Amino acid sequence: MAYALTIVALVVALGLTWRFLGAYMVAVLEGRMRWLGFIEKPLYRLLGIEPDAEQSWQRYSISLLVFSGVSILVTYAIMRLQQFLPLNPQHMGAVTPALAWNTAVSFVTNTNWQNYLGEQTMSYFTQMNALVVQMFISPAVGIAVAVALIRGFARKGSPTIGNFWLDLIRSTLYVLLPISFVFALIFVGQGALQTLGGPVHVHNALNGTTQTIPRGPVASQEAIKQFGTNGGGFFNANSAHPFESPTGLTNFLSIFLLLSIPVTLTYVFGKMVGSVRQGVAVLAAMIFFFGVWTTYTTVAEKGPNPAVAAAGVAQPRGNTVGKEARFGVSSSALFGVSATQTSTGAANSAYDSYTPVGGMGLLTGMMLGEVSPGGVGSGMYTILLFAIVTVFIGGLMVGRTPEYLGKKIQAREVKLAGIGVLVMPVTVLVLSGIAVSVHAGQAGPLNAGPHGFSEILYAYTSMSNNNGSAFAGLTGDTPFYNITGGIAMLLGRFAIMVPVLALAGTLAAKGVVPATAGTVRTDTPLFVGLLIGVVLIVGGLTFFPAVSLGPVVEALTHGRLY
Amino acid sequence: MAQARGVATSRSLFDPAILSRASVDAFKKLDPRVQFRNPVMFVVLVGTVVTFAESIRRPSFFSWAITVWLLLTVLFANLAEAMAEGRGKAQADTLRKMRTETDARRLTPDGSELRVPASDLSQGDTVVCESGDVIPSDGEIIEGVASVDESAITGESAPVIRESGGDRSAVTGGTKVLSDRIVVKITAERGKTFMDRMINLVEGASRQKTPNEIALDILLAALTIVFLPVVVVLDPYSLFAHGTVNVIILVGLLVCLIPTTIGALLSAIGIAGMDRLVQRNVLAMSGRSVEAAGDVSTLLLDKTGTITLGNRMASAFLPVGGHDEKELADAAQLASLADETPEGRSIVVLAKERFDLRGREVGGDHSFVPFSAQTRMSGLDMGSRHLRKGAAEAVKRWSVEQGGSAPAELDSVVERVAKAGSTPLVVADGPTILGVVELRDMVKEGIRERFDQLRTMGIRTVMITGDNPLTAAAIAEEAGVADYLAEATPENKLELIRKEQAGGHLVAMTGDGTNDAPALAQADVGVAMNTGTNAAKEAGNMVDLDSNPTKLIDIVEIGKQLLITRGALTTFSIANDVAKYFAIIPALFAATYPQLGALNIMGLHSPTSAVLSAVIFNALIIVALIPLALRGVQFRPASATSILRRNVAIYGVGGIILPFIGIKLIDLILTATGLY
Repeated sequence: MAYALTIVALVVALGLTWRFLGAYMVAVLEGRMRWLGFIEKPLYRLLGIEPDAEQSWQRYSISLLVFSGVSILVTYAIMRLQQFLPLNPQHMGAVTPALAWNTAVSFVTNTNWQNYLGEQTMSYFTQMNALVVQMFISPAVGIAVAVALIRGFARKGSPTIGNFWLDLIRSTLYVLLPISFVFALIFVGQGALQTLGGPVHVHNALNGTTQTIPRGPVASQEAIKQFGTNGGGFFNANSAHPFESPTGLTNFLSIFLLLSIPVTLTYVFGKMVGSVRQGVAVLAAMIFFFGVWTTYTTVAEKGPNPAVAAAGVAQPRGNTVGKEARFGVSSSALFGVSATQTSTGAANSAYDSYTPVGGMGLLTGMMLGEVSPGGVGSGMYTILLFAIVTVFIGGLMVGRTPEYLGKKIQAREVKLAGIGVLVMPVTVLVLSGIAVSVHAGQAGPLNAGPHGFSEILYAYTSMSNNNGSAFAGLTGDTPFYNITGGIAMLLGRFAIMVPVLALAGTLAAKGVVPATAGTVRTDTPLFVGLLIGVVLIVGGLTFFPAVSLGPVVEALTHGRLY
Repeated sequence: MAQARGVATSRSLFDPAILSRASVDAFKKLDPRVQFRNPVMFVVLVGTVVTFAESIRRPSFFSWAITVWLLLTVLFANLAEAMAEGRGKAQADTLRKMRTETDARRLTPDGSELRVPASDLSQGDTVVCESGDVIPSDGEIIEGVASVDESAITGESAPVIRESGGDRSAVTGGTKVLSDRIVVKITAERGKTFMDRMINLVEGASRQKTPNEIALDILLAALTIVFLPVVVVLDPYSLFAHGTVNVIILVGLLVCLIPTTIGALLSAIGIAGMDRLVQRNVLAMSGRSVEAAGDVSTLLLDKTGTITLGNRMASAFLPVGGHDEKELADAAQLASLADETPEGRSIVVLAKERFDLRGREVGGDHSFVPFSAQTRMSGLDMGSRHLRKGAAEAVKRWSVEQGGSAPAELDSVVERVAKAGSTPLVVADGPTILGVVELRDMVKEGIRERFDQLRTMGIRTVMITGDNPLTAAAIAEEAGVADYLAEATPENKLELIRKEQAGGHLVAMTGDGTNDAPALAQADVGVAMNTGTNAAKEAGNMVDLDSNPTKLIDIVEIGKQLLITRGALTTFSIANDVAKYFAIIPALFAATYPQLGALNIMGLHSPTSAVLSAVIFNALIIVALIPLALRGVQFRPASATSILRRNVAIYGVGGIILPFIGIKLIDLILTATGLY
């Protein structure tokens, strides 16, 4: 009953967000919302940005790449130099080069893969100025790319796709900062920790031991961790830690926050291309995946864990291994699916301890390319890539040069969308292939056999999708996994973003073909069904063998697949 | 319309002669340089080499069987292409035979004739042709008139008249003068005559990939490239699981996954699409124009000959001044007896149909009054009766001269008829005006339904006519066209095309006159009538040898059908992969993970029979689909949504289900024959 109420509340809250935050974001991104003009204008002057200067897709891409490159360097430098910097009450030493590289890439690419234990590695200064800054900026970059692609559809005969700096600053200033600020206060109100006071030492007189309890500025990180689909927790235990998510309400708000922007961007899309229905169609496909995967994983987790059952233990409450008792099985599964399918690395339960089937739910959800609804910005532009492929195949089937929103989909568009869609699976499969072949990679997984394979596959799937979700079990803080993981995250981010921006450029330059009865309509259930089919087929065909060797074998070993 | 013979010497697609030639070509096409152009099939060829090497190293029935079936897969793809080319090649041979080396009678500047081989003629030469001569090259008649047999090109045996000046002055090399003498100025460059182009076209020598074909090629290449790592990494993956994989099975899996079905049939579909146009006596100068035809959203159609029959026909008798209809019909029929124009004859026929009035012999003293531009009337003088029919003003004036007066309602009846888009013909018996015959421009039967179909396909039809706006509006209404351009001139036609294109529409039109040339060139699909001038033929990107403007609609349908066939088979090809995974993955890891046998939902006999069945299915489906690729998928005019729903159901859902059945059947056959 409580679970049903949670779902209803979530749907209502997200529905309102979709409509109102959506309208607000459109106004922000179109430059009509200027209530923070008193900060915005001096900022532009300071940074030397011309607020009216539009950029071609090449300039937009270069701005984005330079900005991200500098971000990686700065983040890396802070971690390497944290022992010389202030706000380091625990006197943390320099982060090792490989780990600093992996972590810098991870936070700049909105992945938030953590090969470190937050409370034992990072100083407050690093957490606040290296990591949290990127937690604000990296989703803003995602929004920028998504809106650039949307402009590509909305404009005609335009040589430009917007201005990266404006999109970046406006998304951060008007959307991410104020809303995170409000929610951080709510988290504090609920009891989440927010202090610069350093760890406390508790002496237990009874057994004579002294316990060190790390503390830090947690709540301020917590809101943007979810809202920006980041996932990087202050503590290693992430959202299962009571200092991060102290109550049932904060657990609910976490789920709500991480779904908000990815869902809302479909409204932004519809509104900006002049037909909210188009946005609804895309949203419908996202909801389909989300619903099916949530149901699948939840049902799996509500059932018994086969390994525990084999030990002769009855499990009336389902697979409670690795779940926080405060949240229970269903809510943990809902959190797990919400986090993995929005490319948020957050977790409030141990995914490694899920049943093989439940774990497969989390893994395959990511393998669909993070479109259900995916990360901030990245979910939107990725599903539009799939939509282009769908329109191409569907358009040919009705005997007309395919069009999406009046834009002809021709060789160049197919090429760019194809690259964008296929970069992720190829990266995952090849890097997993290397990892299982070399000693450094084979040393990583905790378990042998198919579960060990699942751990490797999960890691690269998570990193290539800029997800950050960890299956645990894999010892990731080794030079091999730090370096290859960094490559996976960079490819999964920029090898998709650049084709997307190129696509935005070609689409923006095109004229608009008027829709007739001969045009494939892209706002109908038929199209939504076809889009779902294409996403499933692309994900299924590329990952079927790999998944078979991991979770499928595991599940079959225990006798069931569903 | 005459059933065409010429180019479209129709042969069955599966004519034994074509088939045997195609079988030989299929082997010739095994040349790696040819295969390299098709990345999908090239991968299959490389895979065949790999399994061949492996079979020599470690021979087994299974490895040889896979090798043979992979080779067959490549051969089947080659066969499909060769068959599509076959009919065109046969037609090109026929045309080459007709293009016999003829002598030309070139006129020298001093007026004497010089016999030279036709191949020596260059642009600007003048030649003389008399009855019996074959016209040596394309040109314009600058002197004389002749009847010409153009059956070599059009297949139409009835001779046509060609004369200097105007829109009927063009002659084509290879056609034959039947009577009279003409002087022709050669307009074609050497080796670039209409006949040469036609041979190149039907042979497919100048075939270039169309934009959609290129886009699809990219998608197929991307799918091929992505399946390489998918399959290759299975080797390290299974090593990690302390197992090994059989390289033969890996190659089999790769070939089954890459889109071989569409990869094998893609070029055949394109060639066959062009061929279908040729079968309908339309020569498309580029594949691009055929594809553009499928995208057309505005169709400009000439009223006369396309929408209407072209002749005005009597449709009603409208008596005035108290006379009855039969009286009027009788007088009108008498006045038209000697009138051999289609209008005149239609009056006789209408009177007969309505009142059973027979065209009768007129007895006694009578004389026919022929139509003249001055009187604008015609009729019959019979005894004391003077029957006249003609333009309203002319007949009115005449009856007043005879001492009569026009009834009061005459003007309003005449006006009403004119407003309805018809031509009023006033009939008078001496001074008495009997009434009005309405001559209507008859809309072709079935054309309205055709336009309704076009509308559901999302195509707007615009009628082009020289009529005044009133008449045009009435006919447009009756025919059901979306819009019309009245009092059309070449200039405003061109302007209309530009306006439509500026709105993002693709425009198709037909034309024949020299003054149509700019519009034909501007239109995305410009179909020139073969009877038209060379300028028109040069400007358009298609030529209709039958000179039938209604064919524009067929061309649009063929263009759409071509794209649909590609899209449907692409969907089918990709959808097939699902079943192949279920066949091959459990087989591949049978030793390492016997648990995966649960995925063998088809219950295939053994790992090797499963893989072989999938490979055989993959090869046979190409052969099975050759007829579909060559004929094109069934096309019924409908909205995009309903076409999409239908094709997704057949080729998408069907594409998922069919291979499950097919692979199972092949496995059963392999088992039953004792091979396993």
